[in-house]
Amino acid sequence: MDEPAPRLAVWKFASCDGCQLTLLDCEDELLSVAARLEIAYFLEASSAPGPGPYDLSLVEGSITTPEDLERIRHVRRVSRRLVTIGACATAGGVQALRDFAGVKEFASVVYARPDYIATLDRSTPISAHVPVDFELRGCPIDRRQLLEVISAFLAGRRPVVPAHSVCVECKARGNVCVMVAHGTPCLGPVTQAGCGALCPSFNRGCYGCFGPMESPNAAGLNHWLRGLGMSTPELVRIYRTYHATTEPFRRAAEEAEEHE
Amino acid sequence: MTHKTVRIGGLTRVEGEGGLVVHARDGRITGLELRIYEPPRFFEALLRGRGHTEPPDITARICGICPVAYQMSACQAIEAACGAEVTGPLRDLRLLLYYGEWIESHALHIYLLHAPDFLGYDSGIALAADRRDLVERGLALKKAGNELIAVIGGRPIHPVNVRVGGFYRVPARAELAPVAERLRRARDDALATVAWVAGFDFPDVEHDYRFLALSHPEEYAILSGRVATMMTAGDGRGTPEGFAVEDWPEHVTEEQVPHSTALHARLDGESGYLVGALARYALNAARLSPLAREAAAAAGLGPVCRNPFRAIVVRAVEIVHACDEALRILDGYTEPDRPSVPVEPRPGVGHGASEAPRGTLYHRYRLDEDGLVAEADIVPPTAQNQARIEADLRDLLAPRLAPGLDPPEAELAALCERAIRNHDPCISCSAHFLDFRLDRG
Repeated sequence: MDEPAPRLAVWKFASCDGCQLTLLDCEDELLSVAARLEIAYFLEASSAPGPGPYDLSLVEGSITTPEDLERIRHVRRVSRRLVTIGACATAGGVQALRDFAGVKEFASVVYARPDYIATLDRSTPISAHVPVDFELRGCPIDRRQLLEVISAFLAGRRPVVPAHSVCVECKARGNVCVMVAHGTPCLGPVTQAGCGALCPSFNRGCYGCFGPMESPNAAGLNHWLRGLGMSTPELVRIYRTYHATTEPFRRAAEEAEEHE
Repeated sequence: MTHKTVRIGGLTRVEGEGGLVVHARDGRITGLELRIYEPPRFFEALLRGRGHTEPPDITARICGICPVAYQMSACQAIEAACGAEVTGPLRDLRLLLYYGEWIESHALHIYLLHAPDFLGYDSGIALAADRRDLVERGLALKKAGNELIAVIGGRPIHPVNVRVGGFYRVPARAELAPVAERLRRARDDALATVAWVAGFDFPDVEHDYRFLALSHPEEYAILSGRVATMMTAGDGRGTPEGFAVEDWPEHVTEEQVPHSTALHARLDGESGYLVGALARYALNAARLSPLAREAAAAAGLGPVCRNPFRAIVVRAVEIVHACDEALRILDGYTEPDRPSVPVEPRPGVGHGASEAPRGTLYHRYRLDEDGLVAEADIVPPTAQNQARIEADLRDLLAPRLAPGLDPPEAELAALCERAIRNHDPCISCSAHFLDFRLDRG
């Protein structure tokens, strides 16, 4: 008799749904993936959520509420492998900008009665609360990398995802360097590859949506970016967007401020 | 006294998280709350202090399903604040990008989220086990939309090529040729989709709606226009009136309700108006492409559709229109001589609205002397529809909760989920879904 198919669960916390949508955007592969895995829990796609345990959990979104703090512990308990997908789940997401402002002020800007809103002071990645088996980067994640993570899981191996910078992808693609040739500020040198160097291919600088690479020299890049005319507030803002709370980008913004 | 509570927990096949609680006493609904418990992400607050070029990329992150809508409304609001306007071939490229989003979003909703309701399946994937051909057609359609977005925007989710003033790089004609080829097949698939969904078994329900949608003299409005409203009377007719997008704050106000992280919008003081496919169709059907109009007539839609379950047919017609119009633009495409127009920041306020696949999406920004965002206001479609969706649910549930009737809760929950999915709510935008609770006492 055939082995039962591994059971997949897709979970959502504070996020835009874009990373789980990436699974549905695998139009050519979706039905083959569904044939290899039992999609046991995926609220966005199915009205028949099945009970755990699950062999593979894909988790999207950051932890921002007291309930979600409890829920992620449950997800970990019912999951054999837990993979976070996207900037929110791996780094807190754009909503982590509250960490720099104070959530009370944020809530009072948006809501007349902030007291009705239960929310945490900070937006934190999944790994801050439970052990994570693998983190897939990107805002949003890349479709091909998601398929690599699922294939690797099915084959029982570690996913092969590069830790080098966007610059390597840019060279491989044969792009002219937007910074050297056009003086366009670019975070490519400090940002992890994975998107295929999309922004430079569209004549704009990388804005860091895959987060920091393995060993970024942000201080060195800051020197260059200043030379291209970026002001301190602009430097701070470029690091404080989608991966603001990651250590290298946090330090890069602080370095920019101290340099002032 | 009998007391009933209907509860839906973890609403499925929608974008985002939400739930529904219904209280009934002696056969009468005493309370109904569509609860959106999506954790708030405070975009309007985190936009403060950002540069005038930043909202298109940042607000795209509000929604992975309709990022283009966020980018377009944001760009237009900022351009308006700065006195800039994007016209001609650059505007056509924006339309093309937006048609891509309409095609992929509507195809996703029809095939993977909504159609399974009419055919008795839990998901598009379960449907594929029996009717792989149908789901493959839907996925091909969705892929055509995504490819159109990718060729112009770089990637389907959070496109990178959109900027205030236009684009960073405009595609060469040769890059667009393969997409045009795929869109011709997609248009046939879209026509087949209209014929397929028009044959579903629809509940016999009609509501009187107050519709709101953008309206444009020459186009089935998507990218821009005036805000038109229409109250459908019993015979399904009404009078379109309108106001300029910059007068939005005078007409549309938002209020917070304790049971939801999404705000409730009111139109001229009244709650419960409807945006989205039904509203657009009622106000603008005459400006659909001839092929889309024919498809609508063949599907039996009439000038106004007041049956929310048939919104799936209207969406299918809108895919035909989007494919048709995208092809028309592609056939006449010549590369614009520059990728963007200059937009110099200046202090002031700008308003922008466009038609996200789920309905009108409004943005307002106030820029300060340094060209930074001093205030941001974003009114997403689901926040506007929330009160009207609650009203739809009351109308559906009231006769079923009458004294003497005791339908199983699972049946009621399934019906409510279907009724909510009619409106394709994007709950991530509004503040996910459905936790159904019926309190019968």
